Amino acid sequence: MEANIHFPDPSKVREELIQKYPTKVAKKRSKSIIVNDPDLIPEVQANVRTVPGIITQRGCSYAGCKGVVLGPTRDIVNIVHGPIGCSFYAWLTRRNQTRPETLEDANYIPYCFSTDMQEENVVFGGEKKLKVAIQEAYDLFHPKSIAIFSTCPVGLIGDDVHAASKEMREKFGDCNVFGFSCEGYRGVSQSAGHHIANNGVFKHMVGRNNTPNEGKFKINLLGEYNIGGDAFEIERIFEKVGLTLISSFSGNSTVGQIENAHIADLNVILCHRSINYMGDMMETKYGIPWMKVNFVGADSSAKSLRKIAEYFGDEELKARVEEVIAEEMPRVKAIIEEILPRTTGKTAMLFVGGSRAHHYQDLFTELGMTTVAAGYEFAHRDDYEGRDVLPKIKVDADSKNIEELKVVPDPELYNPRKTEAELAELKEKGLEINGYSGMMKQMTKKSLVVDDLSHYESEKLIEIYKPDIFCAGIKEKYVVQKMGVPLKQLHSYDYGGPYTGFVGATNFYKDIDRMVNNPVWKLIKAPWEKAGNGKSGGIEASYVTQ
Amino acid sequence: MLLRHTSTEVKEREGLTINPAKTCQPIGAMYAALGIHGCLPHSHGSQGCCSYHRSTLTRHYKEPVMAATSSFTEGASVFGGQANLLAAIETIFAVYDPDIIAVHSTCLSETIGDDLQQITRKANDDGKIPEGKHVIFASTPSFIGSHVTGYANMVAGMADQFTVSTGEKKNQINIIAGWMEPSDMREIKRISQELGVKIVLFPDTSDVLDAPMTGKHEFYPKGGTTVEELKSTGDSLSSLALGCISAEPAAIALEKKCKVPFETLDIPIGLSATDRFIMALSKAGSVTVPDTITADRGRLVDVMADMEQYLYGKKVALFGDPDQLIPLTEFLLDLNMKPVHIVSGTPGQRFEKRMHQILETRAPGTNFKNGIGADMFLLHQWMKNEPVDLLIGNTYGKYMARDEDVPFIRFGFPILDRIGHSYFPSVGYSGGLRLLEKILTAILDRQDRDALEEKFELVM
Repeated sequence: MEANIHFPDPSKVREELIQKYPTKVAKKRSKSIIVNDPDLIPEVQANVRTVPGIITQRGCSYAGCKGVVLGPTRDIVNIVHGPIGCSFYAWLTRRNQTRPETLEDANYIPYCFSTDMQEENVVFGGEKKLKVAIQEAYDLFHPKSIAIFSTCPVGLIGDDVHAASKEMREKFGDCNVFGFSCEGYRGVSQSAGHHIANNGVFKHMVGRNNTPNEGKFKINLLGEYNIGGDAFEIERIFEKVGLTLISSFSGNSTVGQIENAHIADLNVILCHRSINYMGDMMETKYGIPWMKVNFVGADSSAKSLRKIAEYFGDEELKARVEEVIAEEMPRVKAIIEEILPRTTGKTAMLFVGGSRAHHYQDLFTELGMTTVAAGYEFAHRDDYEGRDVLPKIKVDADSKNIEELKVVPDPELYNPRKTEAELAELKEKGLEINGYSGMMKQMTKKSLVVDDLSHYESEKLIEIYKPDIFCAGIKEKYVVQKMGVPLKQLHSYDYGGPYTGFVGATNFYKDIDRMVNNPVWKLIKAPWEKAGNGKSGGIEASYVTQ
Repeated sequence: MLLRHTSTEVKEREGLTINPAKTCQPIGAMYAALGIHGCLPHSHGSQGCCSYHRSTLTRHYKEPVMAATSSFTEGASVFGGQANLLAAIETIFAVYDPDIIAVHSTCLSETIGDDLQQITRKANDDGKIPEGKHVIFASTPSFIGSHVTGYANMVAGMADQFTVSTGEKKNQINIIAGWMEPSDMREIKRISQELGVKIVLFPDTSDVLDAPMTGKHEFYPKGGTTVEELKSTGDSLSSLALGCISAEPAAIALEKKCKVPFETLDIPIGLSATDRFIMALSKAGSVTVPDTITADRGRLVDVMADMEQYLYGKKVALFGDPDQLIPLTEFLLDLNMKPVHIVSGTPGQRFEKRMHQILETRAPGTNFKNGIGADMFLLHQWMKNEPVDLLIGNTYGKYMARDEDVPFIRFGFPILDRIGHSYFPSVGYSGGLRLLEKILTAILDRQDRDALEEKFELVM
């Protein structure tokens, strides 16, 4: 696919991005800055250490574990074991919406729990204080589950959060207490924390509740965190087409749902980066296939629904899916057709997350806009190049530190939902069963792919390409806007959303239209600055007379 | 109910903090360092620390907050972070060319025992710090104190590592800013100018975290105390430290190093604290107070008198940082209001002592607590036991305010959902007037909302 807009010579751009770096840094960064070719898919260096001092977008393992994966489940008391900051910063800042069924149902999301580790705990150990904290949480709230998250000092001083959790779990009997070794220094980004979270949820939660569900077409929604209500919109659509949602991982979810997730017949994966491990492990242990879908974008949502119907192979479901699409699309079309003339031909850049920088390209395509450069903050090569590259990825020291669970089929519960032949047939039909083809295949030739973009590189890219919109996170938001370019936050959605499904697509169209066409970007220069401030003789003094 | 699990029964907790009224040291150090011109703050720890601090400061200011990190991995945590910090210093000077890098530590680098003084000395010895450039540092372990402590430590680091005494006194007064907004720092400078006293204010985040939109991102905005100014503080006549927790350590450092005498004052929030500030500054600068300032004061007192009926006896719960809460509590008492519950997560006996002094005769029954166990969960429980007419605190207070249906004023750090704090000061007499306007608006809006139709007033 060739873009119909003019790209600057990408190899020159690449050189410009690295020329100011010290030699070693330049050498390293050059492997993460790649000119795309969707037919060849060149290798991108990803999931490697960030250069110290370079000003990265990345966060830490704890953020990926507690903030991303565990945070959205409303009835777990998440206690952060460490100094106060880690829990404070992850307190409500990710906008995971949740909707308890009744006023009596548990919801701990608005709360922040910490052991507030002090110097004496670092010196003499913090396990005792941790156990006291767990006991106090149990006495105050009697939750179904308490999860413990280790922060940097915990691993270093050797507190055993797993032993402490086990002890308290056995003591209570009616409260599932479990821990995560997600110290901030593990791995090279949030991504390590996702993996650690997947392992813990799989070990300690999934499979604990075998209550059957009589619903038809039972599925789990993996990698959907209900930011801005995204999961609510997907739930609405699922209900409308007649799919039975067993559990989300983990937006708007409960402990009970996750513990029951293994009774589903299909796992659909939205955010591949943060949850693909769960898909693989559940397939091995329970025989549930997973399939990559995308509910970001109206066309993508329709496509994903058709794929799900195709998987179940039920004619009635297929017909219902078509009915729902036919019902939803006219409203979407009416809105996009009105907006398209104002957005067509504009350009976007996306540097965010581990899946969002890919998915949101669908919405920009629907808006008639071209993605000229994109990259992830914490993804791996498979998110760029597709899962075919997995066997070729060299596992380095930082990844080796993250536990790989050895999963075997469950002697009682393993039940392959589809035969090998059926799966092969579905793949043949274009369903991404246990597969993901990555971001680059979808991007235009000569577009730029940059992993773990630095601040310096982002300013250079904006200078060179002058995009109409830049998508990233809160740290980048006002930097880019100071340059006169609107920035759309794709972590927090600038406090809007939802952006998934049919309703979400129209929300996004309107927001982008509003942002790229906002008159404020033309008001930056004062009239006297435009007139040369009198220097060029543009202004003549005159008196106001009566 | 958003905080549906908060019970009325107050029980002492020894292990669990719930809804903290503080955060950790490094974010304070990062904020302080942004108040030096041409300075890039650097977080020596895991990437997450730097990312979280930048995010929180960015949400509070809606401005760029630039800072770098040593990006610790497991290897660095085992073998020490020296190599990471040296590499970072090299990359930062090559790519971002700051005048100063202000390094602060984290719980991680403190736990493994990295010595910032030794590493920065090595960076210097290895020629990694270009001529005329500086690397300063502050030890800011997250497991001691709070974000306020981190601010104080970084400001003390500035005083300790920059100041020199030339032996020749300069006719200027140092004002060491406690944790306050850029708007407040701008107002302190304006008041000093109006008084006719030449001051050096540090740190100074005005024109850094309230920068104008120009179409260009100024990586180092025009504001901030310059290195020259910082160096000159050693020759100043005296120092005024605004805030006994957040500013005094720097004044002590200056006195030790350059024998500059100091006086510690409250941050001039409200009438009485501003009175003391004006008196102290006019005395330090040997100037008489101009009529314009007396008139500013008169305007504040005028509104206090005009609207006294709406303020009298109103019960207030407040939480936040000690250097703000002390003068704010005093102001509430000057307004004839009744502070009933006060909580600060920042530990220290200074707060307790000062609060005791302020409250003992004028509001002896007030609940106040700071340090371990003083969290917003406790405050909320207190509010359930003795309801209030007004809640004052940072954005997290909105959850309690909504549940208890109490009018709420955002004040302190962080404010994540409103603007204004960085643009309009709350220090000085005009700042006091702004606070008073907010208090009155909150109370009168509530009266209007709840009034029976026949009792709905036109004139108030």
